[in-house]
Amino acid sequence: MSILVDRNTKLVIQGMGSAGRFHANQMREYGTQVVAAVRPGKGGQKIEGFPVFDSVAEAVETTGADASAIYVPAGGCLDAILEAADAGIGLCIVITEGIAAADMVKAFQALRRRGSEMRIIGPNCPGIITPGECKIGIMPGYIHQPGRVGVISRSGTLTYEAVWQLSERGIGQSTCIGIGGDQLIGTTHIDALRLFQDDPDTDAVIMIGEIGGTAEEEAAEFIQSNVTKPLAAFIAGQTAPPGKRMGHAGAIISGGSGKAADKIAALEKAGVAVAKSPADLGVTLAEAAGL
Amino acid sequence: MKIHEYQAKQILKAYGVAVPEGRVVDDPAGAGAAFTELGGELAVVKAQIHAGGRGKGGGVKLVRSADEAKEAAAAIQSKPLITHQTGPNGQPVKTLLVEAGSKIANEYYVGIALDRSVGLPVVMASSEGGVEIEQVAQETPEKILKEPLDPMVGLMPYQARRLAKGIGLRPELWNKATLFFHGLCRAYLEKDMSLAEINPLVVTEDGEIIALDGKMNFDGSGLYRNPDVSAMRDLDEEDATEVEAGDAGLSYVNLDGNIGCLVNGAGLAMATMDLIKLHGGEPANFLDVGGGATKEQVATAFRIILKDPAVKGILVNIFGGILRCTTLAEGIVAAAKEIAISVPLVVRLEGTEVADGRKILEESDVAIITATDMTDAANKIVEAAGAAS
Repeated sequence: MSILVDRNTKLVIQGMGSAGRFHANQMREYGTQVVAAVRPGKGGQKIEGFPVFDSVAEAVETTGADASAIYVPAGGCLDAILEAADAGIGLCIVITEGIAAADMVKAFQALRRRGSEMRIIGPNCPGIITPGECKIGIMPGYIHQPGRVGVISRSGTLTYEAVWQLSERGIGQSTCIGIGGDQLIGTTHIDALRLFQDDPDTDAVIMIGEIGGTAEEEAAEFIQSNVTKPLAAFIAGQTAPPGKRMGHAGAIISGGSGKAADKIAALEKAGVAVAKSPADLGVTLAEAAGL
Repeated sequence: MKIHEYQAKQILKAYGVAVPEGRVVDDPAGAGAAFTELGGELAVVKAQIHAGGRGKGGGVKLVRSADEAKEAAAAIQSKPLITHQTGPNGQPVKTLLVEAGSKIANEYYVGIALDRSVGLPVVMASSEGGVEIEQVAQETPEKILKEPLDPMVGLMPYQARRLAKGIGLRPELWNKATLFFHGLCRAYLEKDMSLAEINPLVVTEDGEIIALDGKMNFDGSGLYRNPDVSAMRDLDEEDATEVEAGDAGLSYVNLDGNIGCLVNGAGLAMATMDLIKLHGGEPANFLDVGGGATKEQVATAFRIILKDPAVKGILVNIFGGILRCTTLAEGIVAAAKEIAISVPLVVRLEGTEVADGRKILEESDVAIITATDMTDAANKIVEAAGAAS
């Protein structure tokens, strides 16, 4: 009933500061198997009941963790990502925001050189959740319902909004994935669309984009020839004045590209139902999917 | 973060890139003295502001004597410089760069920026320097050569030679060109730049390769490890309220409307602006309190929004993830105690600890119009702001 994470996913937490601890508890309460936390020098201890290890490798060896969630400060993320990869983690969810672009360039290059197949989600993202089974990240768990609609979003809180509107209509979600708002991300709209298209337990997908870059246009092209499931979308920033920076590295309008109107046109051309108002995310998906 | 041309040239020089001999001055007398000191027949007086389009706006003047340099400086500083990037009020010119004139044989474009599709910075070079490079990119993309910049090893000499040959430099210039590209790329990588542009790069009549202009932007997330770059920040070039918000960890952009917005997350903040407009209102700002806001930050956010006299109502739209609704509610109550929130306040809360957050608001004596969902919130704030103005 999902992509990437389910009830069998075993999670190690990298970064047990106040945010890491708070969310480790929230994830455990939701039912995620949080099997380990890493804090160098504190191996063998417990933090709030979580077994602590000196390294990701030791955590993997002892607990069989296959996914990691990174909450370490931005300056430590390059190190944390490569440590996860070298420890054999398969799925690395990078929640931290404000990582220097140069560090992510290095992270992706180093992973490629290692021949690593670790999938990164994020950075600067809310994480991923398969409702009722596994929540990794910072999203409020209670708004989700198990079901058959996939959710993909570049934005954090706007993802929750989409999920909320679906759940309010009784439409459950197979998996919701926040891909992150930075320029360089590990899992793109297209990657997530491919996974949902291939998932027998996903019937329809809602995709939330925003101004800046060309990711949504590329996704539209991919959809045209590769996605047969019903799709709904929303693009945030339709009324943002050109040239104004809106807080995300990705949310920069430059010249003729990156504009909401271009993205909406490309998606509509690919047969996607695009919501005009952020209040209509749920109803647009429901109509597109005939639910 | 942006810096001035003269600062960009200081960085280039430190990396071995040749730039024109120049002096940084702050008034016409200084410009005259700089001309004499440079000792040439020709010099250029250039306004130092962050916005582009300085030449077309009258901020760059060729001069042939100390008196002309003084006059040019006085003319440039007599009023705010207006270009297509400054907005209608223009930007006052505090600083001038006076540079020795160069005998230009040919002009080229060189730029470096992150290419998301390859996951690497890419060095771009074109023989079409000095003109609108974006137009070249659209109409004749084959005239822009590209080489990926691998941060692990830097730009290799063969790549630099390929660029040099590709833009038509003769072989005896390739070594100099290689040194130029190498220096620029090292500066880009070591200083965490998000953009570097040399437009134009020139070859002089006596075969020197000189960066005639320099534009650099820096990744804000990398500034912590580049204190020398951080020290180059010029707050006079930025909107004072946006700076204040940034110092408080908030992301704020002032807009023309009358409905203040306080939202968490950039995507939801943009969507909230879209929503207000769809319902016939005009947003007064973009404000993202971020994922992990404290109640002090929320209070600061209210103060910043209310500084704008055009604001006739505030819409708070929060979907709590990291930011718990209780924190937001405490922030609203704290802000209301400190400053009189004199305009209608519509609050829409969902997410982490929403029940407790709503309770804090209900039990406080802050006048709040609660909304059940986004459409309800938009209708209520547009109506309230309309009635108040």
